[in-house]
Amino acid sequence: MSPALSIRGLVKHFDRPAVDGLDLTVQKAEFYTLLGPNGAGKTTTLRMVAGLLRPDAGTIHIHGIDALKDPVAAKRCVAWISDEPMIYDKLNPLEYLEFVAGLWGIDAREAQARAHELIGWLGLGAQATQRCEGLSKGMRQKVALAGALVHDPSVIILDEPLTGLDAGSARQVKGVLRERVKNGGTVIMTTHILEVAERMADRIGVIAAGRLIAQGTLTELRDQAGRGAASLEDTFLALVAEQAAA
Amino acid sequence: MSYPGTLIWFAHHESRLAWRDWLAMMTAGGRWRTRSVAIVCIIVLAAMHLLALSMVGRFAGVIEPDRTALVVITGCALLAWSLMVSQALESVTRGFYTRSDLDLILSSPVAARKVFAVRMATMALSITAMALLLAAPFINVLSIGGGARWLAAYGAVVAIGAVAAAVALTLTVALFRAIGPLRTRLVAQILAAVIGAAFIIGLQVVAIVSADTTPTGAALSRYAVLGTDAVLALAPDVDSIVWWPARAILGHVGALAIFLGVSLAVLAVAILMVARNFADHVIAASSLAQSAPQPIRVARAFRQASPKRMLRRKEWTLLRRDPWLISQTLMQLLYLLPPALLLWRSFGSGGEAATLIVPVLVMAAGQLAGGLAWLAISGEDAPDLVATAPVRAREIVAAKIEAVLGAIVFAFAPFVLALAFVSAWHALSAAIGVLTAAAAATAIQLWFRAQARRSHFRRRQTSSRVATVAEAFSSIAWAATAALAAAGSSLALIPGVFGLLVLAGTRRLSPRST
Repeated sequence: MSPALSIRGLVKHFDRPAVDGLDLTVQKAEFYTLLGPNGAGKTTTLRMVAGLLRPDAGTIHIHGIDALKDPVAAKRCVAWISDEPMIYDKLNPLEYLEFVAGLWGIDAREAQARAHELIGWLGLGAQATQRCEGLSKGMRQKVALAGALVHDPSVIILDEPLTGLDAGSARQVKGVLRERVKNGGTVIMTTHILEVAERMADRIGVIAAGRLIAQGTLTELRDQAGRGAASLEDTFLALVAEQAAA
Repeated sequence: MSYPGTLIWFAHHESRLAWRDWLAMMTAGGRWRTRSVAIVCIIVLAAMHLLALSMVGRFAGVIEPDRTALVVITGCALLAWSLMVSQALESVTRGFYTRSDLDLILSSPVAARKVFAVRMATMALSITAMALLLAAPFINVLSIGGGARWLAAYGAVVAIGAVAAAVALTLTVALFRAIGPLRTRLVAQILAAVIGAAFIIGLQVVAIVSADTTPTGAALSRYAVLGTDAVLALAPDVDSIVWWPARAILGHVGALAIFLGVSLAVLAVAILMVARNFADHVIAASSLAQSAPQPIRVARAFRQASPKRMLRRKEWTLLRRDPWLISQTLMQLLYLLPPALLLWRSFGSGGEAATLIVPVLVMAAGQLAGGLAWLAISGEDAPDLVATAPVRAREIVAAKIEAVLGAIVFAFAPFVLALAFVSAWHALSAAIGVLTAAAAATAIQLWFRAQARRSHFRRRQTSSRVATVAEAFSSIAWAATAALAAAGSSLALIPGVFGLLVLAGTRRLSPRST
């Protein structure tokens, strides 16, 4: 059985190497969190997986589909959400979801049922027919999340999805993501909120200078860092410092 | 040296922001381009002086003007004033709806009234500065030829700018009070477009309607009507107070002093009156995003459609709901009013009038298509969503092009159909010209596409000067081609080839060619 995501020797250079020979595997029904200091290459990696950037070298397979050779097939099972929710100000949430479902070729009746379910689930009922320009950042992020889920992707990639969300909205989003994993979906997420990674992730990967320097469960990471009962924060900082010193 | 919190300190801060804003607009944000922009500005100014010499050089010797001269000068001043009011309305509306440093200003221990008064004065100053820049070549040419008295026209331009800013401020606040912050944005933008075009169009309409014989190209001349006996008969005596602005322009010191004094006083009163409640209005406008005042729409059933069709539908929905675009389209349509009137007046006689309309339609289509193409191609607000969708990139681009061309067909088909009743050949020439100009403008936008926020539409010209100039030349070339083809001239080939060369050259210079 092929993993949900398999990355081999991924390289991307801008003015300096952003991703430098990265290998990464994420299994199906896994909640994988990618941690790393600013500029470590987390977002660049995920943007390449989502098909937003073309790598200089390496391979990306999503559920066994070569994402570089057959991007359309790979994109069919992926949803991407960035920290800045990019939605259309002049559409309302339902119109936005209809548009997304249309792009993914979902049957209209099925999409409508799913859209209403998501709208209710995310507490957007009162705003469902109001234009998005009037929504707060938290609500916009929820609309973007609903857009990502309306085509029922098997892999959801999120780049700092909890930035700017209030506690209630963050809990709602986390709940939705956990539910997806429970139902067999895969979630790959970057975050700077270590508490979120600690609580939610099945496995955590630590990236520094474009390379995966450690990965595993929290216990495995602690072992790698040689810190018995340390918090994820201590473990993460120790791993990054170790890499910087090397 | 100015102390923090004083009016002078705020004025310095505001003028520095305004200058940097202007500079960034001129240089598209690139520092390295500042020198190039300066060189281009010098060349443009020199060319403007030559143009001014050919246009107004012969009037330099006018000392005691007759009624015709006063009417024409007042007409020019009214034209400049209407354009300045339009520009000022845009600036004031932008000031209302841009959040930027509002939180900082309102949370600081400084009287907001003072800050906003300075901000409004800066708006008036920047509008006047732009008008002075445009008027300078004409005034300089007249001064060189007719003496230093013409320099008084600089003062007259300042006075016109002050009145324009005062009117724009008062009008915007009146709109705010009358129809609320939500509608003011759209209505003010439409008003700005209408006022900007109204005077020119009004002159043309009067000229067409008042023409005794079948109207011709001469009837479309903007100022022809000002010199007619009918207008002169209505004009007051040369001693009338109505001519003081014209006399001020001509260098009469007394008239200038009064005109300038009254205008600055009007602006000061407007600023003082408006500044008192400006903070409340700005807060009301900027809180629109939070208050979601959009009318509630009933949810309708999802419609089954292919990704391409979804993309087209999305583009059309966004275009339809874009207030700025509505105002711009309205302005384009307003410019079509005189030719439409001309067509109506000449119905049945065919020929010449129809030939005049063809290039107007083609030119308007090219310009409108350029704007629409920028919105659809570069102004994609959810680029990541579209790029991660399982749709081939070429299909996405094709859908966007179809959306633009569809909108152009929708806007221009009624005019072409009306033209068909006069002359089928002219209608065919116009139809082909409209589609070619629209396709060319879309292609240029495609080659120079750069991801941008839709809300940055106003500054789209600064992202690539090559694209802007090419778009204009292309539209002109296709308009000329269509006009000559409509007239049955084989010379149509010349501008046609020029249009193709413009496209080939633009393609070569575009980032997409590398």
